[in-house]
Amino acid sequence: MSLLTPEIGLLFWMIVAFGVVFFVLAKFGFPIITQMIDERKKYIDDSLEAARQANEKLAKVQEETAAMLKEAQEKQSQILSEAVSMRNKIVEEAKNEAAVAGQKILAEAKEQIEAEKEDAIRDIRRQVGLLSVQIAEKVLRQNLNNDAAQMAMIDRMLDEIETK
Amino acid sequence: MNNKNKVWMSILSIVLAVGMLFSHAPLLAQEEENHAVPQEETSKIDMTTLILDHISDSYEWHFCGEGENAVAIPLPVLLYSKVRGEWFFFNFKHLEEAEHHHETYEGFKLAEHGEANAGKIVELNPLTNEWERPLDLSLTKNAIGLFINSIILISIILYCANWYKKKKPEDAAPNGLIGLIEMLVSMVYNDIIKANIPQHVQRYSGYLLCAFFFIFLTNLIGLIPGSANLTGNIAITCVLACCTFLFTNIGGNKEYWKEIFWADGMPTWLKPIMAVIEFFGLFTKPVALMIRLFANIMAGHAALLALIGVIFITAQIGAVINGIMTPLSVFFAIFLDCLELLVAFIQAYVFTMLSAVFIGLSVPKHHH
Repeated sequence: MSLLTPEIGLLFWMIVAFGVVFFVLAKFGFPIITQMIDERKKYIDDSLEAARQANEKLAKVQEETAAMLKEAQEKQSQILSEAVSMRNKIVEEAKNEAAVAGQKILAEAKEQIEAEKEDAIRDIRRQVGLLSVQIAEKVLRQNLNNDAAQMAMIDRMLDEIETK
Repeated sequence: MNNKNKVWMSILSIVLAVGMLFSHAPLLAQEEENHAVPQEETSKIDMTTLILDHISDSYEWHFCGEGENAVAIPLPVLLYSKVRGEWFFFNFKHLEEAEHHHETYEGFKLAEHGEANAGKIVELNPLTNEWERPLDLSLTKNAIGLFINSIILISIILYCANWYKKKKPEDAAPNGLIGLIEMLVSMVYNDIIKANIPQHVQRYSGYLLCAFFFIFLTNLIGLIPGSANLTGNIAITCVLACCTFLFTNIGGNKEYWKEIFWADGMPTWLKPIMAVIEFFGLFTKPVALMIRLFANIMAGHAALLALIGVIFITAQIGAVINGIMTPLSVFFAIFLDCLELLVAFIQAYVFTMLSAVFIGLSVPKHHH
C-alpha cells in the first residue's frame, strides 16, 4: 500500500527542511528561550529567598526593637525611681545638714552670748568693785577725816569681829 | 460571558445544520433530474479513492472542484531518470496536458489507478519494457507544505527568541503569542526534558523542542482544510523517528550498550537471548514512534473525510436520508475536528515524551 511506503523525494525534502529547522532553532531559537526560562526561574527563586530572608530580618528587627523598647522603659522607670530616691536623699541630707548647721550656729551663738555675758558680768563686777572701792574710799575719806571717827570705826569693826 | 458564548455557538451550529439541510434541497432536486439521464457511473462516488487522494501526496495543490473546474496549483516536478541518466525539471501542468491527450511528456506519465505506483510519475524502462519510477525529488504538495510549515515555525520561534534577546530576567513575563510559546516551551523543557534527561538537558533540549513544535504545528496546520497532510505521511514521521533513533544511539553511553548486549542481574544462559531481543528493541522503538504518529493523524483525517463523505453518499440515495444525515455528519465532523485538535497536541506530546524517555534511558546516570 502506497500509504505505508515512504516516498524518497519527500524523505529527502523532509531531511532538508527538518535539518534546517533543527539547525536554526537549536542554535538561535530555543537556547535563548530556555535560557531565559531558567534565568527567570532562578530570578524568581532568588527573589522569593530574598523576600523570605527580608521577612525574617524584619521580624528579628521588630523583636529587637520591642526588646529595646522594653529595656528602655525599664531603664526609664529605674532612672525615675532612682531620681526620686536621690532627690529624697538630697533633700534629707540637705535638711539634716541645715539642721546641724543651724544647731551649730545656734550653739556658737549661745556660746558667744554666754561668753559675752560672762565678759559683761566680769566687766560689771570689776566696774562694780572699782566703783565700790572708789565709793568706799570716798565714803571712808569722808567719814574718817578725823581721829575720833577713825577710832569709832575701828571700834565698830572690832566689835563686829568680836560678835562674829 | 462564557456561557453566553456557548449558547450562541450551539444556536449557530443548529442554524448552520438546518441551513445546510435546506440548501441541499434544490441541489438534490437537480441531481435527481440528472439521474433521469443515464449518468449513473460518473456520479457514483468512489469514497476510497477520494479519501486516499485527500490524505496522500500529489503533484498539484488541489483546493476545490473536479475535472475541468478544478482549482489547483500545479507544482514543479524534479526527476532524475535512471534509465536515461538525466535530470528533468518541469511544471506538472505540462504532464497533465499530455495526460489529457493520452500521451507521455518527456517519456513520463502518471501511473493509473490499479497499476503499481498509482498516482506517481513513471517512465518506461526499454530493457524490461516496464513502467518504472525515476528518482522523484518533485516539490509535491507535501514538500511545499513542509517548507511553508518550516518557515512559519522558524519565524515564530525566532520572533520569540528575538523578544527574549532584548529582555532581562527581571522584566515582566511575555503575553500573547510569545507567552503561549513560552508556556509550551517551558512545559516541554521542564516536564519532559528535565524530567527524563536531567543529566544532559542542554544536549538534547534543542532536538526535543524542535520535534515537539514541528509535530504540533504541522498537526495543527494539517487540520486546516486544503492544507497538506504532513504528519499523516509516513516519510515525515520516518525522518522524525530516525532522528530520535540517531540521538538515542549516538549519545548512548557504555552502560547503555552493556545493558543491551550483556545485561546484569540475569542468568547467563538468558543473556544472549535478551541481547537479541534488546537489539530488535533498538529498532522497534523508533518504528513504533513512526507508526503511532502517522497512523493517528492519518486515521483522524480519514475519519473526518469519511464523515464529510457521508453527506455526498447519502445525497445519491435520497433527499430524506440526506436531510437527516447531513446535520448528523456535520455534528460528528465538528466533534471529530475538536478531537483532532486534542490529538494534534497529544501526539506531539507523546512523540516528544517517548523520545525523551528513550534518550534518557540511553544515558543512564548511575546503575541501580
